[in-house]
Amino acid sequence: MSRRTIKVEALARVEGEGALDIKLRDGKVKDLKFIIFEPPRFFEAFLQGRPYSDVPDITARICGICPVAYMMGAAQALEAAFGAKVEGPLDDLRRLVYCGEWIESHVLHVAMLHAPDFLGLNDSIELARANPAVVETALRLKKLGNAILETIGGRAVHPVNLKVGGFYRVPTQGEIQALIPELEWAQQAAAGLVRLVAGFDFPDLEQDYTFLALTHPGEYAIHRGTLATNRGHAFPIDAFHERVVEQHVAHSNALHAVFKHDDGREGLFKVGPLARHAINFEQYSKTVRQLAAEAGVGPVVTNPYKSIIVRALENLQALEDALALARAYKEPPRPDVPLTPKAGHGQGCTEAPRGICHHTYETDRDGTITKAVIVPPTAQNQKIIEDDLLKVVENNLHLDDAALTWRCEQTIRNYDPCISCATHFLKLSIDRGA
Amino acid sequence: MSPADASRPKLAVFKFSSCDGCQLGLLSLEDELLALAGAVEIAYFLEATRRTVKGPYDVALVEGSITTAHDAKRIQTVRRQSKVLISIGACATAGGIQALKNFADHKAFIEAVYARPEYIETLSTSTAIADHVPVDFELRGCPVNKYQVLEVLSAFLNNRKPNLPRHSECIECKRRGTVCVMVAHGTPCLGPVTQAGCGNLCPTQTRGCYGCFGPKEGPNTRALADWMTGEMGLSPRAVGQAFRGFNAGADAFREESERHVPAHDQG
Repeated sequence: MSRRTIKVEALARVEGEGALDIKLRDGKVKDLKFIIFEPPRFFEAFLQGRPYSDVPDITARICGICPVAYMMGAAQALEAAFGAKVEGPLDDLRRLVYCGEWIESHVLHVAMLHAPDFLGLNDSIELARANPAVVETALRLKKLGNAILETIGGRAVHPVNLKVGGFYRVPTQGEIQALIPELEWAQQAAAGLVRLVAGFDFPDLEQDYTFLALTHPGEYAIHRGTLATNRGHAFPIDAFHERVVEQHVAHSNALHAVFKHDDGREGLFKVGPLARHAINFEQYSKTVRQLAAEAGVGPVVTNPYKSIIVRALENLQALEDALALARAYKEPPRPDVPLTPKAGHGQGCTEAPRGICHHTYETDRDGTITKAVIVPPTAQNQKIIEDDLLKVVENNLHLDDAALTWRCEQTIRNYDPCISCATHFLKLSIDRGA
Repeated sequence: MSPADASRPKLAVFKFSSCDGCQLGLLSLEDELLALAGAVEIAYFLEATRRTVKGPYDVALVEGSITTAHDAKRIQTVRRQSKVLISIGACATAGGIQALKNFADHKAFIEAVYARPEYIETLSTSTAIADHVPVDFELRGCPVNKYQVLEVLSAFLNNRKPNLPRHSECIECKRRGTVCVMVAHGTPCLGPVTQAGCGNLCPTQTRGCYGCFGPKEGPNTRALADWMTGEMGLSPRAVGQAFRGFNAGADAFREESERHVPAHDQG
């Protein structure tokens, strides 16, 4: 019997702590587990008994990379529970601050965490030595994303100005207009980033994914819309729990999710950039669609490594939207909509940079939280990450241990996994049984 | 590794239970990051690089709190490998938001989140790094202020004391001319008892400070709590919860919260 063992102590360039355990026997994968050992932090339990107004600030702390996603999903769910709706200019301002988070998170991942894999480099510092202009441009783009977050949210990590009902204070027109010159510069810079990553070599892997994403007829959905798959499902965010079922498995501190089809069959599914791209390709701007064509990317991308191109395209879309929103911005007359707390139930769902993030809350009469359920994107992707890895390992047994390990890491990074979110370092262990 | 690496101080960044937001502060130093990477050797920083260099390290930044038996052992190893250990952020300095479980029935917490609680292995508490090993400096904030991270690194690498404020957030409002939200709008605010450093964020957005930077030196939390319950008419529960936030595990805030909400009630 042929047995082979590879062990990697730490998977890097991801947010949080995880591990990978692979056992190979006779050239076949005997067992493969993507393990999340980030310690659990029990957010859903902390939230019980807190006033509704505390929820966005607390859920922000689930993730330092995508706090806006957690704040906004929570805010929308509680607004739904109270029968309130944030619309018009206040909702536009929400989209603008969310674009800031997409830009910051996508540029960080594309240029600094993922690109080094395609160039055989350890990190963005080595990339900066090889090609300083690329890293300098990426840092400037990332800084712009943070500037949007700071202008509207007060700070980039855990913004303080988002709340249930809207904002504490709306920025002045001058504050938003100050972002415009840099946003104008960023359009070409972001297109350049798409062209750069489109020129990378992509490992072979084609997967017939079931994609799930938020969709909206009038825009590339980020902060609002309904849910859809590439298999013809279309349902409101309130039907999420009927379709996405979480299971608790022994090797992970995150809950695993499966998608429930019409016939009751439970299957793998995928959220994130490739899902949004497939479902919302028509909602890209003409410029982004042309650039996708130029990059050799059609409406459906089945090679997960090409997610780096899709993130770069989405980054450009977010920058275009941000520029249009900034140009159109006029200070809204009031920073929030009136709320009357009541006993209720509400759900909220937005597209975090890594995929849909769904929130459900129940409140009592004075708006105190009685129940909270949060389904983060990386928990939804955990099973499909394992499925990608299984195929990568079986297709690449000719690689030596170091190369195969690196390929596995790269495969996991296709998902920009936020393990902090999923509960949170990856420790990779490949046991070939040698 | 470049030839100059041998002479540069080795910097390591370690993560325990946290949201990654404080180490992200380093990556968010867009204008300074490449210069920093030139001045120090980034020897261990998993969020940024797969290249790791063995210790000992000259300076270690530690993010996150201790919530598992495994991590309680791991922090001992980190301490042994690090000449200077700086804990960064509310998780590392006070146990973080997850320290709310210190007030609760831990079993009930696990059952609220996980269908198969027997799969979960955690300690019943979330505690600061200094509760486990000697810490050379504690940098506050939820998240830390990235410029304060730079200041602390610069100070330790140059053998000087970090120049950071120890006064209250209240003083920041006076210095910047920010209107007092408590006096002008009757909005509850932890500014009088919270250490400055965030950049005077919440009051400038017309909301009350919620204590991200933890208690200032010698905070008169009782006077503030009495004002909230007396003049402002807040319920004991609301006052208790105000102190039971991202720095709930910091002694001054914990003690004040327990005066208003019993210890076994996380709410």
